[in-house]
Order: sequence, then C-alpha cells, then structure tokens
Amino acid sequence: MNPESSKNGNNKILIIIPAYNEAPNLPNVINSIREQSLITDILIINDGSTDDTTAVATAHSVFVVDLPYNLGIGGAVQTGYRFAYEMGYDVVGRLDGDGQHDANHLPDLYQIIQSNQADVVIGSRYKHGAGYTASISRAVGTKIFATIVSLLTRQKFTDTTSGFWMLNRKAMTVLAHHLPSDYPEIEGLVMLCRAKFRVSEVAVSMKPRQYGHSSIRPLHSIYYVIKVLLAILLEAMRKPVTKSRR
Amino acid sequence: MDQVEIIAILGSVFLLGLILEMVRRRQVAENYALLWLLTAVALFILSLWRELLDVLASIMGIFYPPAALFVIGFGFFLLILLQFSVIITQLSRKNKELAQQLGILSWKLNEQEQKMAQVIKQQTTNDKKDGE
Repeated sequence: MNPESSKNGNNKILIIIPAYNEAPNLPNVINSIREQSLITDILIINDGSTDDTTAVATAHSVFVVDLPYNLGIGGAVQTGYRFAYEMGYDVVGRLDGDGQHDANHLPDLYQIIQSNQADVVIGSRYKHGAGYTASISRAVGTKIFATIVSLLTRQKFTDTTSGFWMLNRKAMTVLAHHLPSDYPEIEGLVMLCRAKFRVSEVAVSMKPRQYGHSSIRPLHSIYYVIKVLLAILLEAMRKPVTKSRR
Repeated sequence: MDQVEIIAILGSVFLLGLILEMVRRRQVAENYALLWLLTAVALFILSLWRELLDVLASIMGIFYPPAALFVIGFGFFLLILLQFSVIITQLSRKNKELAQQLGILSWKLNEQEQKMAQVIKQQTTNDKKDGE
C-alpha cells in the first residue's frame, strides 16, 4: 500500500477516481483496475459524499482522500492531481467512479504516455472505432464543443467532455495548480493545448452506468454550455500557463 | 440652500461617518473601506460644491444637477460591487485549495498514525520477548 508498490518499469502510476455518492459502483471499478497487468495505486477522492463511499473504498484498501465538503468534479479531480504531484507519481490516470469507463483501456492510454507520444491522452467515445451511440442532444452538444475546441487548438478532437484521461508528470503539475472547479475537462484541454502540451485521443468503449443516475440535469446543461463557452473563449485570450510554473 | 442639497450633504456626511466608525471598530478592513471612503468623499464634495456639480451635470447632458449625483454615486457603487466579485473569487479559490490540502493532509496523518501504531506494536512484542 505504499507508493513504491506501483511501479511499471520506472513509472509510478496513480489512478484517481473522483466519487460523489458512488459507493455501490466503487467495488467493480476498483476490481476492474486491479485486473489490469498495469500496476497502479488507486486513489478515491470522496467529494463530500453522504453515503458510505469512504467505508467501501477503505474496505478495498485503496487510498482515500476525504474532502471536507463537496468541491465539484473539477475540485475533486484537482485534489487527485495534487496528491499525485506531492507523492511523486510519474503518471496519473483519471476515470469516473460510476463504472462507465472501461479499465481495460488503461493499458492503451498508458502505452501512449510510456512511449512519450503525448503528454496527455484522452479516451474518446467518438473517435473512429469507439462504437458509442449517444442521444441526439448529447451528440449535437459534443459535436459543437469538439468543433470549437478543434478550431481554438488547431488540432482535431472528437470527445472534449470525456473524463477518461492519463497524464505525465509535466501535465499533472500544471493541472494540479490550475483547474476550474466545475466542468474541468474542456477548459483543461484548451489550457494544456495552448501551453503546447501534446494531447492525443484513443478510442475507448463505454459501459452503461450500473447504479444511480448521471449528475447532468437540463437546467445545468444550459449553464454548462454557457459557462464552458465563456471559459474557453477567454482561456484562448490568456497567456498560456508555462510548463515550469508551479 | 434648497432641500435636496441639505439632504445630499447630510446623507454623504452620514455615510462618511458610518464608514469611518465601522473601520474604527474593525468591522470593515481598511483596504476594503478605501472605495467606500472615496465614494462618500466624492458625494460629500459634490453636495457642497454646487458649481462643480453643475459643470459635471452639463457635461453629462443632465438638466437637473442633483440627478448627476445619483449617476456618479451609481458609478461608484458599481465599482464597489465589482470589487466584491473579485474578493469572492479569491476567497473561493483559496477556500478550495484549503479543502484540498486538508483532505491530503488528513490522509498523510492517517498513514503516519497507522505506521506508528505498527511500530509501537512491534516494539511491545519485542520487549515482551526480551523480558522472557
């Protein structure tokens, strides 16, 4: 259970899972990560859950960080990046606590980081070969964001809202210190691209959610679209964060 | 001196006095009181100095000079509100960072405590063996 246990060659890998009331889903998620040949430590960030997320996670002997109150997905994910940064991990992977991200793809993501083809890899549901069919409204929203982000970054992206990421230490360091509290994926992506990090996508398949319901609600979607649009347009007007900046 | 001038002077004097008193009692920090003080002083000067207000009003195309007081006051209040948004943003960012550090530090503390407990357990068993 110490960070030394998670070596692959010379790379210590941490998988972070932000969890808000995901107790029923966690055992499967944790087990599916442990089934991989990749040796990783697992960190659950309990984002102020009201269920027994912490107890379930502790019972599976993974690392658990309890946040004192609900920070939102971005704040929780950033806690994981901070943890990875402070504890000296070389690579950090992030997947959702609801079990929709298939841990079988972790080696695909890691392969790209390990061979230094990119600083950041994103698991895309829409890239050719992923075979994911979304509802029409979601597909349209995804397409719009993908188009805008592709234009802003001058690089083709198919899935900008994916939460299935893997980063090397350089990229982890930047996100540990700069990441918005809510809806961090698109803004983080634009920020990293502008700072000249190499970001690439790999196709991943998605599993249906097993327990509970998604946190996305109609009124929130409108707020989401407006907030993220404003954020990425202004992000494009900021000075890029430098790779060395703490 | 007409009614509106008297009210404007009394109002701005009251505002100025209130702010100074609140700073004196440390209910408002000096750095956050600066914009308030500037507002109160500006309103006070313009209430007393009728000619200046008339000039400003004619520049703005306002026929009734006391209305210019409202416009200028409104401008200052907008600045103060903007300052609040800046302060709230800073506070929530610092608050988030504190929460994250608190979470990570509690984890570290917990790990250390478990390690300590193990060391102590090991030592007591060793001591027992030595005693036998």
